[in-house]
Amino acid sequence: MLRILQQIFRTGVVTEPLSDEVETEVVLVGARLEEAIRRRFSRSLVIREVDSGSCNGCELEIIAMNNPVYNSERFGIHFTASPRFADMLLVTGPVSLNMEIALKRTYDATPDPKLVVAVGDCGCNGGIFGESYATLGGVGAVIPVDAYIPGCPPTPVDLLNGILTVIDGRRT
Amino acid sequence: MSKLREIITTHFGIDAVYCVGLSPAFVPEFRIQRERFEEAASMMKRVGARLVAEWAVDETLLGRSFAVYACYAADKEYLLAACDVPLNDPTFPSLTKKYVPAFRFERQIHSLMGLTPSGHAHSDLRPWIKFEDWPPDAWPLRKTFDASRRLPRVAGEYRWARVSGEGVYEIPVGPVHAGIIEPGHFRFQAAGENILNLEERLGYTHKGIEKRFESLSWADGTRLAGRVSGDSTVAHALAYCRAVEGICGCEPPPRAHWLRALLLERERIANHLGDIAAIANDAAFAFLLYQFARLKETILRTNKRLFGNRYLKDRIVPGGIAVDLPLEGADLIRAELDGLLKEFERLLTIYDLSPSLEDRLRTTGILSPELARDLGTVGFVARASGQALDCRIQAPFLPYDQIPPSMVVLDSCDVHARAWVRIEEIRDSARLIREFLLKIPSGELRVPLLPPGPDRSGFSVVEGWRGEIVYWVQSGLSGDINRCMIRDPSSVNWLGLEQAVLGNIVPDFPLCNKSFNQSYSGNDL
Ligand code: SF4
Repeated sequence: MLRILQQIFRTGVVTEPLSDEVETEVVLVGARLEEAIRRRFSRSLVIREVDSGSCNGCELEIIAMNNPVYNSERFGIHFTASPRFADMLLVTGPVSLNMEIALKRTYDATPDPKLVVAVGDCGCNGGIFGESYATLGGVGAVIPVDAYIPGCPPTPVDLLNGILTVIDGRRT
Repeated sequence: MSKLREIITTHFGIDAVYCVGLSPAFVPEFRIQRERFEEAASMMKRVGARLVAEWAVDETLLGRSFAVYACYAADKEYLLAACDVPLNDPTFPSLTKKYVPAFRFERQIHSLMGLTPSGHAHSDLRPWIKFEDWPPDAWPLRKTFDASRRLPRVAGEYRWARVSGEGVYEIPVGPVHAGIIEPGHFRFQAAGENILNLEERLGYTHKGIEKRFESLSWADGTRLAGRVSGDSTVAHALAYCRAVEGICGCEPPPRAHWLRALLLERERIANHLGDIAAIANDAAFAFLLYQFARLKETILRTNKRLFGNRYLKDRIVPGGIAVDLPLEGADLIRAELDGLLKEFERLLTIYDLSPSLEDRLRTTGILSPELARDLGTVGFVARASGQALDCRIQAPFLPYDQIPPSMVVLDSCDVHARAWVRIEEIRDSARLIREFLLKIPSGELRVPLLPPGPDRSGFSVVEGWRGEIVYWVQSGLSGDINRCMIRDPSSVNWLGLEQAVLGNIVPDFPLCNKSFNQSYSGNDL
């Protein structure tokens, strides 16, 4: 136990060494994000991630968003296991033929009002996989999409930025 | 002459036609009669060779018919045995009686190429990768199939394996899982908390990758190979490039070989760190999740700084490498590794001294050495179950032939072993990287790639962080891509998971699954 505490103190808060450019970017985006989430989602934006056929590259960066360096939780972003609790679906893809039905069902299971964000070049337009017998192209080909975050894969900062854009853009 | 080759030539005599045209030339390829395809498998089995992969090829554009290939390996040797399958009788002898994993390969061949395995009373011909709602005669890997056509959905039913009895119940999980992971379906039969049977159903992320290759140029194929499995982008791109360089007769400059290995080891460290983090988390030790995830992030950031991409995507190209190690790079990597390993060792002490972690990890999800061997598992999954398999050692290329990795083999066969093999491999990869840095020669980064001749093939194996990745490529008559076969380690290791969870309690499944962490996309293609 002592060792754990020691390590925690030794590590300190890695989330905020703001020396380099990227760090600054995270905090700038984060502050605006936090503000938007506080205003529009009563402090908490709940996201359900759906892999509709990706290569897993986009998932790695979405997971990285939760690591202590980006720590998206501090802006009020939570990932949930069930679409029934979600405000937003973060969907990677190309949507495969074999995931089409599951994606539609997940969309239907998410309560209104909901936001859908297509992630990655594949989520945006099918990317290198395009449209074929096995893939239907981007997420927009299957469910309505509110915003797109391109990149292969988009970095955690791109993701935070993209999420900010969509929740900010919808301000009334 | 090498062992496997000798067995085939002495046993089959002139009936085994040695095929010229496969690169590298030390991997022999034989054509045998269809009726004797299984006989070759028995010979291989008898000397303890494993079945690496089995796949089908449509060779009609090459003036032949269909063909089924099997790849065997023993010690340092790989061998290919193929047979022709006539168009008017698209059946081939099943190898399932000899090799268990053949049933998965053959289901896939049957589903995607429309060739039927025969001679096995229990042949499992349910669709695999293909779903039951595809038209049954949609065989995407045939040349007559139009890949741009949308498939209509048809009515169909999938027959699950069933366990019955008092108190037996079923738990369906997925395809959309609770965490941020890839989609797949698991069907459990359980009594009380104990798992009686697990059946995986994969294919949800099938993107038609193998078919897609056939419409790309050799150079463009690299980008696709780097997107077969996002966490293994370096390993897949490397395996593809090595196969393509073989078929095209292209030899990358020495510096490129060394830098490629450097990237491959960095990919290994990053993924192993992430996995140990995730295993600790699934045993409810969140502290270690965040600590190890932080270390992984440092690797990604150095990658970005030195090579311009966090996951080193698109850095490896046919003929060499697209980026150089900057001047200050070696020092930066050394400093990064010093810092990282110091922290790593400190965290390991905590990991090792935590009784709650030990309680969850030890004796959970055992895959016996016999099963690991019979199922043909590879990579850290095999090594954690006593199998000495690592193709960096068994099929080494520059620089691994000069600076060999240490083979890490454990025998407790449980979640703990699968985590600990990776811990040792992080240490070893760090050592390799340090030694590479001292010896990377200067010089060119890439040479141009000339198109291959007609009807040739190339083969490569690369030890990615998950294990042995196999590529087999074949050129068409105009030197284009006729076929690109990919066997990700996941295709065989998923079989191991089904067995390892038996008798475990359902709540330990996530932990077992994490300790395997196989790729869905690499399996589904
Ligand atoms: S955008 Fe890139 S990383 Fe994301 S799923 Fe597509 S290929 Fe993979």
